[in-house]
Amino acid sequence: MGAEMTGADIVVKALTDLGVEVIFGYPGGAVLPIYDAIFAQSRIKHILVRHEQAAVHAAEGYARSSGKVGVVLVTSGPGATNAVTGITDALMDSVPIVVLTGQVPTHLIGTDAFQECDTVGITRHCSKHNYLVKETARLGPVLHEAFYIARSGRPGPVVIDIPKDVQIFKARYEKPGVIGHKTYKPQIKGDRASIEAAVEMLAAAERPILYTGGGIINSGPVAAQLLRELAKLTGAPVTSTLMGLGTMPNEHPQFLGMLGMHGSYEANMAMNRCDLMLCLGARFDDRVTGRLDAFSPNSTKIHVDIDRSALNKTVRVDLGILGDVGGVIEDMIKIWKSRGHKPADLEPWWNDITGWRARDSFGFEQKGKELLPQHAIKRLYELTKAQKPIISTEVGQHQMWAAQHFGFDAPNKWLTSGGLGTMGYGLPAAIGAQLANPGALCIDIAGEASIQMNIQELGTATQYRLPVKVFIINNEYMGMVRQWQELNHGGRYSESYSDSLPDFVKLAEAYGWKGITIEDADGLDAGIAAMLAHDGPVMVDCRVTKLANCFPMIPSGAAHTDMILSAADTLGEADEDAKALV
Amino acid sequence: MKHMASERHTLSILVDNEAGVLARIVGLFSARGYNIESLTVADVTADHAVSRITVVTSGPPPVIEQIMAQLDRIVPVHRVLDLTALGPHVEREMALVKVAGTGAARDEALRIADIFRARPVDTTTGSFVFEVSGPTSKVDQFIALMREVGLVEVARTGVVAIARGAEAV
Repeated sequence: MGAEMTGADIVVKALTDLGVEVIFGYPGGAVLPIYDAIFAQSRIKHILVRHEQAAVHAAEGYARSSGKVGVVLVTSGPGATNAVTGITDALMDSVPIVVLTGQVPTHLIGTDAFQECDTVGITRHCSKHNYLVKETARLGPVLHEAFYIARSGRPGPVVIDIPKDVQIFKARYEKPGVIGHKTYKPQIKGDRASIEAAVEMLAAAERPILYTGGGIINSGPVAAQLLRELAKLTGAPVTSTLMGLGTMPNEHPQFLGMLGMHGSYEANMAMNRCDLMLCLGARFDDRVTGRLDAFSPNSTKIHVDIDRSALNKTVRVDLGILGDVGGVIEDMIKIWKSRGHKPADLEPWWNDITGWRARDSFGFEQKGKELLPQHAIKRLYELTKAQKPIISTEVGQHQMWAAQHFGFDAPNKWLTSGGLGTMGYGLPAAIGAQLANPGALCIDIAGEASIQMNIQELGTATQYRLPVKVFIINNEYMGMVRQWQELNHGGRYSESYSDSLPDFVKLAEAYGWKGITIEDADGLDAGIAAMLAHDGPVMVDCRVTKLANCFPMIPSGAAHTDMILSAADTLGEADEDAKALV
Repeated sequence: MKHMASERHTLSILVDNEAGVLARIVGLFSARGYNIESLTVADVTADHAVSRITVVTSGPPPVIEQIMAQLDRIVPVHRVLDLTALGPHVEREMALVKVAGTGAARDEALRIADIFRARPVDTTTGSFVFEVSGPTSKVDQFIALMREVGLVEVARTGVVAIARGAEAV
């Protein structure tokens, strides 16, 4: 056993032992002892954000782009409540983060003390697990356990609430050996017999599809390689959820692009018509399935997931395999090879797919000076792809256009708020990604509305000399809100116009950034080149046509086959049932 | 799924006896819109480390399956058992039933209590408190009869349940 240390020193020592290099945080009264301990050391770098929500998104960006656990440190009360959106975001998207919150001293808990809130109560259902540590001696074991829980199984956020007196009192700390947990034991290894059955079903299928998701990214970079090998062995088409983009190379001939509400026609049609669906680390989200009773009506469904509750949650499957998706794919490959399976004759199936592909559902035509947002993103992709950039987004039309038109060839390059749909995610996520990948080109593809939700983080990038780029697709509307109002609410654009926008160039300059305006299509390439040429942070105000809609689109509550490919297919007013859906 | 017939299931949940664990369980039911018909909780090991929660819930089979899976995800949960699905088990609950009245109604209350093997645990010249235990249906029936002879107040424990036979779960 080591010497006695203060709780604050134990926190820093344990984080150091856990290999933490960066903490995103904001100080306050209830965490001052921990900030004092941070001051006294140089191993861990603290990044001072401008708002606690951004600290969590930055930790998410750090985690998703590096595979490491993101760490957040905030104070009690408003520090903790401001972090709640980020914690919920990390839960929905399975991002491993540990959030340390200060708390009022134990004897004041429950008295409505200054900056007190019931942090464990508030975060109980938006975290994977949480702790209120009431004894200094528990701090070390809890921290190590929290990291284990955050990164193992289905990853997620873990909150540790630490009263101020616990930070000050002394206890002994020792780095634990192997971390286990007496009740939390995620099943990693998939059931062998089930995997064998899945391989036989796959080998016998005439119209198979691999429906892949963020679980493959969480499983580690090897999982994406294994997926590519499985695709090659089986010859099956592959589609991906928003969260899984990058696991298959964008240009791969077997890749059908993203599926779901704004996915490609071929991906959604193939999901509808397949006879075997192999779902790998995705969760049948409503944005993917559309109307459930019309979802892939004639297929046999296999679902591989590390979270037992994801199996049969919304879609009943014929075979559920509980386990780490990378390991299960590896086993499938071994069994496929050992049994001498060859790719089935999928030519008729691929002929169907080729026909759907010919619809060119992501197609657009850039004409004249007025800049289409799709074209702006496409050119941004083409002019940066050699640098293998890390892309984050905010939430809305620009996010979907980025998913459609920016190609990803590798995992951990695409950071977006999928489950919770959090506007304001992209800028702090890009900051986190830049810290984890100092040499990388990190771009936040933003909307002019979303970017204002965490605009204060421009200062954070300046302070730490982070050369992040913000590329604002500026159509002067909360575009996705406006689109839904056009399609479902008779074009009544209630409160969706982005009035009184700041001069983004002046705003950027006020924070020490470079500001660039792209006025029209003629200035696009030069604007992107100027952005790339500047070695510091750059904000680009890219003015695009105002009323473009994001197509294709499966309207809420509709089937995959009811896809809207262009504005000509829309009704303009939805019925009540459809309006009630999100 | 929502068109399937609802079933009543009795679940036993073994959890670490730590602060907030009940809130995690109950909060999961409310957050995801599951039913709780009754809930009991007490620690059941010599070292007070493990609590046993008995929840009676209802829903179509896929919802019951999802409830089990969601409960199993909670970190301090050791095991979740669906006693209804596992087979023969004993369910009991206890009620304290206060009845006020005099004369014939009072005599009748006492007679019915005797038939139900309900014990008077408190009495005044104008009232009884009966302790009755048994399956939920028996307790329901006793309370229904007491309504006719001066029922004034009821307190019930909710169901506790355990599998039949020599084996521990």
